[in-house]
Amino acid sequence: MKRFDGWRLALYLAAAAVTAISVFPFLYAISTSLKTGTALFDPSLIPATPSLDNYLQLFRSSENPFGRHILNSIMVSFAVVTLSLLIGVTAAYAFGRIAFKGRGLLLSAVLAVSMFPQVAVLSGMFEMIRFLGLYNRALGLILPYMIFTLPFTVWVLTTFMRQLPKELEEAAIMDGCGPARILRSVFLPLLWPAMVSTGLLAFIAAWNEFMFALTFVIDNDQRTVPVSISLITGASRYDIPWGKIMAASVVVTIPLIVLVLVFQRKIVSGLTAGAVKG
Amino acid sequence: MSIRTRTAWLFLAPMLVTLGVVAAWPLARTIWFSFTDANINDPSLAQWIGFEHYFGEFGLFANATNTDGFWNSDWGIAIVNTLKFACVSVTLETMSGMGVALLLNQEFKGRALVRAAVLVPWAIPTIVSAKMWGWMLHDQFGLVNDWLLQLHLINERIAWTADPHYALWTTVAVDVWKTTPFMALLILAALQTLPKECYEAARVDGVHPLRVFWRITLPLIRTPLMVAVIFRLLDALRVFDLIYVLTANDSSTISMSGFVRREMVENGNMGYGSAAATSLFVIIGLATVLLIRLGRVRMSEETA
Repeated sequence: MKRFDGWRLALYLAAAAVTAISVFPFLYAISTSLKTGTALFDPSLIPATPSLDNYLQLFRSSENPFGRHILNSIMVSFAVVTLSLLIGVTAAYAFGRIAFKGRGLLLSAVLAVSMFPQVAVLSGMFEMIRFLGLYNRALGLILPYMIFTLPFTVWVLTTFMRQLPKELEEAAIMDGCGPARILRSVFLPLLWPAMVSTGLLAFIAAWNEFMFALTFVIDNDQRTVPVSISLITGASRYDIPWGKIMAASVVVTIPLIVLVLVFQRKIVSGLTAGAVKG
Repeated sequence: MSIRTRTAWLFLAPMLVTLGVVAAWPLARTIWFSFTDANINDPSLAQWIGFEHYFGEFGLFANATNTDGFWNSDWGIAIVNTLKFACVSVTLETMSGMGVALLLNQEFKGRALVRAAVLVPWAIPTIVSAKMWGWMLHDQFGLVNDWLLQLHLINERIAWTADPHYALWTTVAVDVWKTTPFMALLILAALQTLPKECYEAARVDGVHPLRVFWRITLPLIRTPLMVAVIFRLLDALRVFDLIYVLTANDSSTISMSGFVRREMVENGNMGYGSAAATSLFVIIGLATVLLIRLGRVRMSEETA
């Protein structure tokens, strides 16, 4: 009995430690974002005189229009997710439901694309973006972002598509449905949990992307959020506005944390329940 | 071609066209640029110069002007930094991810809460975590130095992100903090598929828990574990943003991706940068093939 108690205690201590290490840095970021002036140099977690100044400054600043950057990020991420899902789900139908020659090889090639280093396309993409007149435009980022969202979307949706029972499709074919109709009326309703989870993951990936955004967009109005945060500076090199940086960080992170916590349940139910219910 | 096969290719067409435009073509152009003297300002003036960027006088690999040897050239250092970063961070992430997964696989009160908390670092954008840790590790006002001083573990404040002795290991630590949840979730998913009977039998026989872990758990989750490690390793080999934002991005920490971007965009040497990018592509390709081979060989030994 004694050994059992000791083990329980160790378990709870470990759980507490893991929780603290995971959450503390972000709590400290929130705390910093509420401090201004010399209060910043007081390392306590609870700010003595909390103020929302940093947040107000963030959205008022005209040289670094943060609200505009958020809109740019939302626009780009939504476009990337929509395109990836549209193109991904048709490809997943072919990969998941039709046995054709070279299917395995092609699927591996698609996976390989998502694994290759993004700098490998940097100069070629730079040339293309300039050629298309998309240099310095937030929407131009849709092009490079498809490199990592599309293969991933295809891969995951194919896995889900394979799990759906064959009988569904056979019944639809008997009823005289074409492939487009089968995809739309039979599979799409069953795939929506999978679409939501892949869509969210693609959204997060596009929202967080830094290197292409840093390289292909120079104009201040067109920037996306990660680059915007990395470029928040003060009057000099030694006067970094940490409060403002943390405020920006909190603003863009809280929606993501909420999404991920909701999404956690979605992926579990999506994986286990799947289409067996249908 | 049957109607069904034709349908397949028709449905694949949008994806194939998109990937051709955004991946295959730019990659081919990058490889082509690596054999030219292209400059970022006007790539159309590029002239073919063959393997000059790879093995020429100022080339990446056989540089005669580099008297200190290859491993002390900027490119050599970038390769070493990247390998150090990738190997150490993935090893630590796998171990801590395993620990967290084993913890979450136990039954205790508040498990759902801990599982939610563990996801937080993963949900935070890399740039944000780099800035957040940059502030906590600040040499003058950072919390970490404050704590370590109070505990008398250090005698003076350390410039974690600027001092070349610490900077690379600081990025490793921040990366471990951020990606442990990913590892933990993948391992946890694997753990939850394991048959309970094995464990009950082992417990009845009084087998030591550590022995159960080594002899039952680890062999059973080997394949999903290998997949997770390979994914993380390939991801770590192309690291850029964390190092770029957290550190000075000089020779003490610069990664291969960072080197490519610096040469290509900041110095404008599109051809030279493309040669480095192509080399990185080849290195990652070889690593992938090697890792997959290694994983398979081990697995077939297991079954034999």
